[in-house]
Amino acid sequence: MAEKITTNDIVKEENLVFRKTPLFIDKPLSYCPGCGHGVAHRLVLETIEEMGIQSETIGVAPVGCSVLAYEFMDIDMQQAAHGRAPALATAIKRLHPEKFVFTYQGDGDLAAIGTAETIHACNRGENITIIFINNGIYGMTGGQMAPTTLPGMKSSTSPYGRDIKTMGNPLKITELVAQLPGTYYVTRQAVHTPGAVRKAKKAIRMAFENQKLNKGVSFVEIVSNCNSGWKMEPVQANEWMVENMFPFFPLGDIKVPAEQK
Amino acid sequence: MAKVKGSIVVNIERCKGCGVCVPSCPQSVIALHEDVNAKGYHYAYMANPEECTGCANCAMVCPDAVITVYRMKVNE
Ligand SMILES: Cc1ncc(C[n+]2csc(CCOP(=O)(O)OP(=O)(O)O)c2C)c(N)n1
Ligand code: SF4
Repeated sequence: MAEKITTNDIVKEENLVFRKTPLFIDKPLSYCPGCGHGVAHRLVLETIEEMGIQSETIGVAPVGCSVLAYEFMDIDMQQAAHGRAPALATAIKRLHPEKFVFTYQGDGDLAAIGTAETIHACNRGENITIIFINNGIYGMTGGQMAPTTLPGMKSSTSPYGRDIKTMGNPLKITELVAQLPGTYYVTRQAVHTPGAVRKAKKAIRMAFENQKLNKGVSFVEIVSNCNSGWKMEPVQANEWMVENMFPFFPLGDIKVPAEQK
Repeated sequence: MAKVKGSIVVNIERCKGCGVCVPSCPQSVIALHEDVNAKGYHYAYMANPEECTGCANCAMVCPDAVITVYRMKVNE
């Protein structure tokens, strides 16, 4: 047998298989330990890197925990008023139709205060990409109930669990926008396991590539944890998400263009 | 026989010790260290470095992209 291989033998440039994309600005992410936002950021940036469109991409950050996305993504970005990212992205894309334009929004931003902007941008069929991080609550402000909060789910404003009699039904906005003629590609993904991350990456890639076709909105929901808001350890939060979020928000494509099936 | 050997390098000071990499590793290579980094987090490290195949599963799920992965073929 050959001599024992040590870590030093393996850790060499020629053996590199994965490294943090240089499209991340080199500073610590502001997200809580284990939060899915970090993986979602990475997948967006890796897609932009692999497509070679760093200087042709304009992102729109929301209000919410990812309000500072522009601090971490080394691309041109703007930050919209709460919920208004699709309206701002509409303007950017119409002024710069050659650019790749995307929004990055939480569920409070996209499905509560921004419902009108979301639905109308999707219905108009703006040629943009929407990345929607659904963690079932308002993370940044302290875990309040969102339109996406599950029936019976505890949040800081539904401490005994969401009672749909008084608090209404959760909103599956992704299924809703899939009904609109202006959406071209609609999918729901997650980033809690290596397999899910690889699938989510493919979906995000397709959602960006679609802008070359000029056929409307590509909408990628990512069901994610908010372990701080859910008051759980990160690994436990991911397990809870699989058991509780996925039955209500099932993963998979919801609307796939006929030519891409 | 050709075999793959892998290794990860954790950016210790950027690791938040969330631990989502631990169950993602099919080889049970990773654990959280009993020591903490400057921010007080028990950072991830290779508790069983021999077993790493460089599959990059840990790096896929790391929210802070603190894991760099290397892999090489070795002939035994
Ligand atoms: C006009 C306006 N209303 C309310 C707020 C307070 N606010 C800040 S973040 C937030 C909720 C964000 O939740 P979500 O979009 O789910 O993102 P997360 O933080 O969970 O990633 C709210 C209501 C605000 N900043 N601006
Ligand atoms: S509060 Fe929730 S959504 Fe916000 S960074 Fe923390 S875990 Fe992520």
